[in-house]
Amino acid sequence: MPDTPASRPVAISAEGVWKVFGTDASAFRNRPPEARTPEAMARDRLVGAVRDAGFQIGRGEVFVIMGLSGSGKSTLLRCLTRLIEPSEGRILFDGQDILSLGEKPLAALRRKRMGMVFQHFALLPNRTVLGNIAFPLEMQGMDRDRAEARARELAEVVGLTGREHRFPAELSGGQQQRVGIARSLATDPEFWFLDEPFSALDPLIRADLQAEVQRLQREHTRTTIFVTHDLDEAIRLADRVAIMESGRIVQIGTPEELVTRPATDYVRRFVAKVPPARVIRVASLMTPAHEAAAGEQVSADATIAEIAPKIVAQGGPLCVLDARGRPVGSLDRQVALQTLAAVSCIPVPVAEHRGDQAR
Amino acid sequence: MADISPDILRGRRPSRRLWTGLLVAAVILALLAAAPLMPPSWRAVPDALRWPLSDWIAAGMNWLARDAAIAGVHFATVTRALATAAQWPIEALQVVLAKGWVHGAGFNKVQIAPPLSWLGVTLATALLAWRISGPGLGAMTLLAGLYLALFGLWTSAMTTLASVLLCVLAALVLGLAIGIRAHRSPGMEPAVRAVMNVMQTVPIFSYLLPTLLLFGYGPSAALFATVVYALPPMVHATVLALRSVPAETLELARMTGCSRRQTLWRVELPVALPRLAIGLNQVVMMTLNMVIIASMIGAGGLGYDVLRALRRLDFGAGFEAGMGIVALAVVLDRLTQAAARNQSVGRRRLWSRRDGLILLALLAVPTGLSLVLPALAVWPKALSLTSAPFWNAAVSFINQHFYDPLEAIRTFMLLKVMNPFRDALAALPWPIAVVLLALAGWRLGGWRVGAGIAAMAMFVVVTGYWLPATGSVYLTVLAVLVALAVGMPFGIWISARKRWHQGVQLALDTLQTLPTLVYLLPAVMLFRNGDFSALIAITSYAVAPAIRYGMDAMAHVPSERVEAAAMCGCSKWQTFRHVRLPAALPTLLLGVNQTVMMALSMLVIAALVGTRELGQVVFTALSQGQPGPGITAGLCVACIALIADALLKSGAARAARHQGEAHA
Ligand SMILES: Nc1ncnc2c1ncn2[C@@H]1O[C@H](COP(=O)(O)OP(=O)(O)OP(=O)(O)O)[C@@H](O)[C@H]1O
Ligand SMILES: [Mg+2]
Repeated sequence: MPDTPASRPVAISAEGVWKVFGTDASAFRNRPPEARTPEAMARDRLVGAVRDAGFQIGRGEVFVIMGLSGSGKSTLLRCLTRLIEPSEGRILFDGQDILSLGEKPLAALRRKRMGMVFQHFALLPNRTVLGNIAFPLEMQGMDRDRAEARARELAEVVGLTGREHRFPAELSGGQQQRVGIARSLATDPEFWFLDEPFSALDPLIRADLQAEVQRLQREHTRTTIFVTHDLDEAIRLADRVAIMESGRIVQIGTPEELVTRPATDYVRRFVAKVPPARVIRVASLMTPAHEAAAGEQVSADATIAEIAPKIVAQGGPLCVLDARGRPVGSLDRQVALQTLAAVSCIPVPVAEHRGDQAR
Repeated sequence: MADISPDILRGRRPSRRLWTGLLVAAVILALLAAAPLMPPSWRAVPDALRWPLSDWIAAGMNWLARDAAIAGVHFATVTRALATAAQWPIEALQVVLAKGWVHGAGFNKVQIAPPLSWLGVTLATALLAWRISGPGLGAMTLLAGLYLALFGLWTSAMTTLASVLLCVLAALVLGLAIGIRAHRSPGMEPAVRAVMNVMQTVPIFSYLLPTLLLFGYGPSAALFATVVYALPPMVHATVLALRSVPAETLELARMTGCSRRQTLWRVELPVALPRLAIGLNQVVMMTLNMVIIASMIGAGGLGYDVLRALRRLDFGAGFEAGMGIVALAVVLDRLTQAAARNQSVGRRRLWSRRDGLILLALLAVPTGLSLVLPALAVWPKALSLTSAPFWNAAVSFINQHFYDPLEAIRTFMLLKVMNPFRDALAALPWPIAVVLLALAGWRLGGWRVGAGIAAMAMFVVVTGYWLPATGSVYLTVLAVLVALAVGMPFGIWISARKRWHQGVQLALDTLQTLPTLVYLLPAVMLFRNGDFSALIAITSYAVAPAIRYGMDAMAHVPSERVEAAAMCGCSKWQTFRHVRLPAALPTLLLGVNQTVMMALSMLVIAALVGTRELGQVVFTALSQGQPGPGITAGLCVACIALIADALLKSGAARAARHQGEAHA
């Protein structure tokens, strides 16, 4: 099943989550399925921001939610944290249904185990870098000195040493978001939520911060839910991607699965521009074999683009090793080169490329 | 291209509009001509239609002030007790700032402790100004302080300042509390806004009346009136400020598990602070204005000096005290503005611990020295400077040498323009006026607006104040026309000259901070009492928004449209006529609205120089302590303001819709 994580214990699981704006939850729950079609809801002036979302996120997985503007990504993320009350559904964190939690335990859960990074940073302008990072700790009642010491550590982790006493207004956008990241990690949360954290930043800084997130994730693996509308970002960071279209999750899968086996035309158009070599992994192209081939060794987990120099340099097939370094197969150079050269895996029907609509 | 072509395609419309305008004018003229032929009950409101509203209000107020009781406790007892309670902090502040600690009275008077020395207060405030703004404001503060002290106005100024500080504090706390509640319960917000809108249009004197009855003559009545008057902008500012806190920031508070209180104090208020500071600036300025006016009910201070001088026709002394008000107003305004600006640009760490110590020393040392050197406590009368004789001489010089031209202007305006217009308005039959107003409202803003306007106009009719109301409309309309004719073209003209913007802005800011009373002085000095002086005072008060909106409207015309016009080969005039003016129209109409509101708020103050309209009714009622007519006439002024507001706002919204952009 594509919407369960491969080989990881489940950390978050969502079942049949709906969020409908324009009516209260109990009124919505009484609607029969035939009254929940987009047309029927539009007739009643209801906005189905999230429709019947279900998935499981594994411990330590980076789960990216992707879609066009208005497709319901932020709403889904906020349903998971209950910043927005879902109209219907079940959301389990480590098996516990958070929709049944009372005010106090919910606040405690958020304080201790969740961290969130916001699109527009949401820094407090009256606090310095340290004050902002220490904010969640102070709200938990940690004393000033300890909170400050911890904030200092985090400022160093995100590379803000020397700027601890600046105010947000005195920082660049990228630096501000570094503060936002540090703050979200101050309580050392298990679950990390990021809502389009880099879309307000320019491309170079965005790349820096993506690398920063990858590094932080390597150093300390967290269950991460990351919202973006940037496919490139999704591919860089994601273990799995969920693609949303007007409230509905249309496909969940690894970047490679999305590119090679798009479920709908919508997904197909979405991933059309992705060079296959960036997402296709050696494991998908190799021929299994138990004895080592003669050529250079590559990891089964690497993408074709990552091993491009070796493919080009090599005369014959390459030897594929698994994560523990045992040979598991061989990669035909010709196949690899074709993948490397391909612009896209799937031809896109021209008719579906609609430009500006006629007036 | 796409932006301007519709205007050119619509080329035929202006002439049609012109015809409509001419038609309406013709109908009104015909009606005026036919007025004598109409039934007499159309001109004077028949008694049968009148409600004895003012009697009811009077009875109600009297009942409240004398007989109303809850559980055996008379309301009046409560209010008098409140007044006494309020007296206490006023006294305390005055002891510190103005009078010193005095024991006994008359010949037995012994001063136990001096008030803060003028030198100390001036230096300390200048230091504060320097720190939060810069040397410029520091120097200005120093000059203002010296002016007040050397011209013998210090004690009055400190009395005024004490009231202002106390009222601001009270309005701030109450306004924040109400604003926070209104923000939290969305159902309450529209109600609060409606009440606040009406409160802001009721003329300033109408606040004094009930407080006078309930709290008695004196500073504490003034305090309550002022707080009530200054509350609406603070509540409004609080609601707006809290609403401006980004949704993400509130989500942050929830994600970090903040309690309600933590959210309010650690997140919402700090983030909203820059906007709150702007609100504070408004509150300070409104408070100052009201405190000056409230001298009439015994608040004392600089306003009292001005009034007393006006009554004695001692223009020089009045002018001097007026300039004292200006000095106080400008310093208070610049200080609070600088504080607000620092908040919004995030300038911090302006104040060190050492500064605090210096400040204390600056206050303490001269005050201590004043025990041995009394000139530091109160600048001796003998050494006081005065410019009064000079101003009096100047006024008599002008009156001697320019009497004829000035008098000619005055007589011409009165006989040829003002009186005919007033008489025409008074002759307009009220049913027709009401219908015309309602029709205009319906055309501009739909039937709701029309019905609302009809209701408000009928309110004026049934109160029996129709005739004085036409007097108010006449003065307001003329003043607004003059202000617009002078202000808007000037603003539009200035908007193209970037170099002068800063200077003009500064001048406008200063003009708008001056308390209303100050505007009367020059007019009276030149033209004596009467409608013409009132017209000049109202016009000069209302001209600032006309200029400001003229500038703003032009500055915000999308530059792409202007470029598009240039590329279409439009001449300068064509660009102005077909591109700039239509785009600026909504903002210009809002400017007209502001000008009308300012004129109306000045109307009541202008009653001091003897007009014959609603303002005069309110003023007379105040001086005779009659709540009925005072409050009723005040509500009538509010109705006029609300009618004008509804008409102009709908007009602006319509113009904005035509332009396809969301102004307003
Ligand atoms: N409070 C609300 N009331 C009504 N409709 C809402 C509300 N919040 C969101 N919506 C609607 O729900 C839909 C999904 O919104 P959402 O913010 O989740 O989209 P998004 O995918 O995050 O888009 P973006 O990339 O622009 O952030 C949109 O159509 C939006 O108009
Ligand atoms: Mg979003």
